[in-house]
Order: sequence, then structure tokens, then C-alpha cells
Amino acid sequence: MAATENQPLKRTPLYEAHVAAGGKIVDFAGWEMPVQYAGIREEHLAVRSSVGVFDVSHMGEIETFGPDAPAFLQRILSNDVEQLDIGGAQYSVLCREDGGVLDDLFTYRTGGDRYLTVTNASNHGKDLAWFRRQAEGFDVQVVDSAEATAMLAVQGPLAREVVQALSDQPLPGRFRSGRRRIDGLDMLVAGTGYTGEDGVELIMYAEHAPVVWEALLRRGAQPIGLAARDTLRLEVCYHLYGNDLMESRGPIEAGLGWACKEATGFVGAEAVRAVRAAGPSEKLVAFTVEGKGIARHGNPVVGGGEVTSGTLSPSLGVGIGMAYVPVASAEPGTKLQIDVRGKVRDAVVAPKPLYQR
Amino acid sequence: MADASYPDDLLYHPEHDWALIDPTHPDIATFGITWFAQDALGEVVFFDPPAVGSTVTKDEPYTEVESVKAVSDVIAPLSGEIIEINEALGDDPEPINEDPYGGGWMVKVRLSDVSETEALLDPAAYQATLS
Repeated sequence: MAATENQPLKRTPLYEAHVAAGGKIVDFAGWEMPVQYAGIREEHLAVRSSVGVFDVSHMGEIETFGPDAPAFLQRILSNDVEQLDIGGAQYSVLCREDGGVLDDLFTYRTGGDRYLTVTNASNHGKDLAWFRRQAEGFDVQVVDSAEATAMLAVQGPLAREVVQALSDQPLPGRFRSGRRRIDGLDMLVAGTGYTGEDGVELIMYAEHAPVVWEALLRRGAQPIGLAARDTLRLEVCYHLYGNDLMESRGPIEAGLGWACKEATGFVGAEAVRAVRAAGPSEKLVAFTVEGKGIARHGNPVVGGGEVTSGTLSPSLGVGIGMAYVPVASAEPGTKLQIDVRGKVRDAVVAPKPLYQR
Repeated sequence: MADASYPDDLLYHPEHDWALIDPTHPDIATFGITWFAQDALGEVVFFDPPAVGSTVTKDEPYTEVESVKAVSDVIAPLSGEIIEINEALGDDPEPINEDPYGGGWMVKVRLSDVSETEALLDPAAYQATLS
């Protein structure tokens, strides 16, 4: 985020639409983004029960293409990119040589030697520099498409129905992607999301976003702000970079070993392999608070460890969160004590996800 | 949530707190947070009342309110000893949003220095700090 400090805040193509919809605008990773509209709880429950639309145009896009694109991405992404077929979608982490996590990413294969990778807004510049540095020696082009691209997430049990009604073809299934015309406009549609609900993400030319946004609202999608995006993802234990993932932590302790295929020899594979073999000293666990109180990012766990994300779960009505704790305390059912601003709160390690449909 | 309002009979602290001086007991005041504060917080989901008998100091935090997204300190507009707390808010903090100057009151305090009220703001002066 340092790169954006002292620079004017950026706006997505939907800034005016957010203000018109009653969105409360905040600075998020250098962007003026809507944190909430009708209220966090109402928005959260709308996504769990019907359909919501999120402007996630602050996220970055990197396009990679050329003859060596598959080999290049196999080298830098932790997952097995060979398994990613045309029209597929794959989650991976971007590691340093020492296994520290630079970012977590979704990559879509849009053609034989064409890929699109979605980055976190706060990491986009860093990721782009890393891609370009690692690309030396590969016959590959790395293109920053963040400025030209807008992204909407449509999520909830009615999300597919709403988007299907605007689409020229059947929508891609879960973890599939492909080009469609939505409200007559060409875009990449992916069966992915960050809420634990069914739904799609729409990656389009920035100038098309206002028309698509309006069409989705007309079909009954409710605008959802970043605050509810955070409570939704935390209920299903999806990681937030900067909270639950960081360069000083590796993917194994974060519970992302499933997205790491060391046999591919990706940058950081040796370090990841060593941690996997020896076992990490701490693990990222999910917890629920017993009784009142909400643990927050940065609260210490008594006896070692730290809360990385915490909120009140609108679905469950209790404090929930994730924390790095010593492996001896990582089993579900283990009692934890969390120092919440000087008051010790009881919590218990819970299986992931914390919320299931 | 009701529209913005800043009643005339209250004194305001720039950290978005109000004090109501009891008309018959000028050394007793009721504290709460302003419409602006509750709007900025969003839905309050948790209020942790302080203890009766504890002392509060002007400009210092005396309790906290928690919304889904964040926890915030509540600043004492005046100094004194807490003589009563709004226990109902511990079970249901909704009045802090719905009725911040009525059912959302937080504590009653016996003031240790009535002259401190001179430093507080009237509604016009407080609202001027918001723009």
C-alpha cells in the first residue's frame, strides 16, 4: 500500500453509482470504495438469502500470454498450472524464494497460451513487478490490465438466475470461466467468488461497468459494500491478504497446502516442501467467541498466537475469527483465551468453514 | 436510523459525545454519543457498560462501543463518578443507533468539577466541527 500513499485516491467506474445508491465511501488500499449501503447486517443476509452485487474493480488484473505462458506461470504460481485447462479457474499463492506469501490469486485460462490473473488491490503493483522480474528468459508478455478492467461479483442463491437472464449463453459452472455477452456486452464470466455462496464474477471493460451494474440492480441484485464482503468471507474462512496472509507467513501454516504442488518446482517450492515435511509451528485456525465480545485483528491469544481477522458473524450472531496459534492448540474443540483490549475472552477452535449453507 | 439531529438542551464534546445536565441537580449529568458518532459507527452490536462507582475523566475513554466493523472508545465529556449505567444497552445496544439522545444514553455521572461544562460546545458550535 506504500506505493499509493500521498497519491490521489482512485475511483472505479462505478463511483457515482455507489454515491447514488447511498454508499458510504472510504479509503481502501488507495481506492475510494463503498464500505456499506443499507447496513452491514442487511447486506450480508441479502447475499446469504438472495443476491448481492459487489464492485471489486479495485482488484488488479494481470494478463500473461505467449508461447512460454504455461511454463512461466507454472514457475511462479504455487498450484499445478498444467492442470488448468482452457475455460478453467485456479487458486494459487505467489511465493517468495523463502516461501513467504506475496499474494493469493485466481488465474483463469482464457486461451491456449493466454491467462488472466486477479490480484489484490494492495498488492497489484508488487505482483506486477514480481511477474515482470520472473518473466526474464521466458517468451512471454505480461500486461497490466487493471486500469482498463472493471470487475463485479454477483453472489447469492439467486445470483446465477439474475445473471443468466442477461446472458446470451448458459453461464460457466463452478470454477469454470468463459466469454459471454451480458446485457449485450462482451466479458469474461467466471464461476468464482469470495462469499461461500454460488455466483459469478464478471470481468469487463471498465467503460461497460455502469450499464452492467444498472442491469443487475434492475434484476434485483442488492449493492453490497466491502464491510459485508469481509464478514461473508470470514464466515467461510477465506483468507484476506494483509490479515491472514503476509510475506512473513508461508502457505502451509495458513492452511493453503492444498494449493501448493511442490513437484512443479515453483519459486518457493523448496521452502514450502521443508515446512510441509517438518510441520509448521503455528497454524491458522477458525474460532468462535463464547459469550459476548468480538476479537479483532491483532488481539493476542493467551499462551501464544494472534488473531488475524475477527468480526461479529451476522449469520451466527457470535464473534468469529481466525488466528495463528501453536499447533498444540490448533485442533477443533481446543479452548482459547483471547486478550481483547485487556479483557480475556473465551473462544473455541472451530472446524472450517464456520458457516455452511 | 432517524435523520441527523443535535438537540438544543445538550452540551457537546468534539469527540462526538453529549452531556445533559440534570436541571434540578447541576452536578449530575447523563452522557451518550451523538447522531454523527452512531452514524459513523454503523450498527452498534455490542456495548460494554463500565462499572458503577468508577471514575471518568474529561477527554479520556470510559467505555467502548462495537459495530460489526470496528470497536471505538467513548470519550467522557466531563469528569466525575459513575452513579448509574444504562444496563439495557448491554443486552440490546440498538437504541444507541435508533435513539442516541434518549434510550441510547450510556451513564449518569456525579460531576467532580461543574466548571468543566464551560469547555463544551453548543449545538451550532459542535455542528460546525462536523463540516
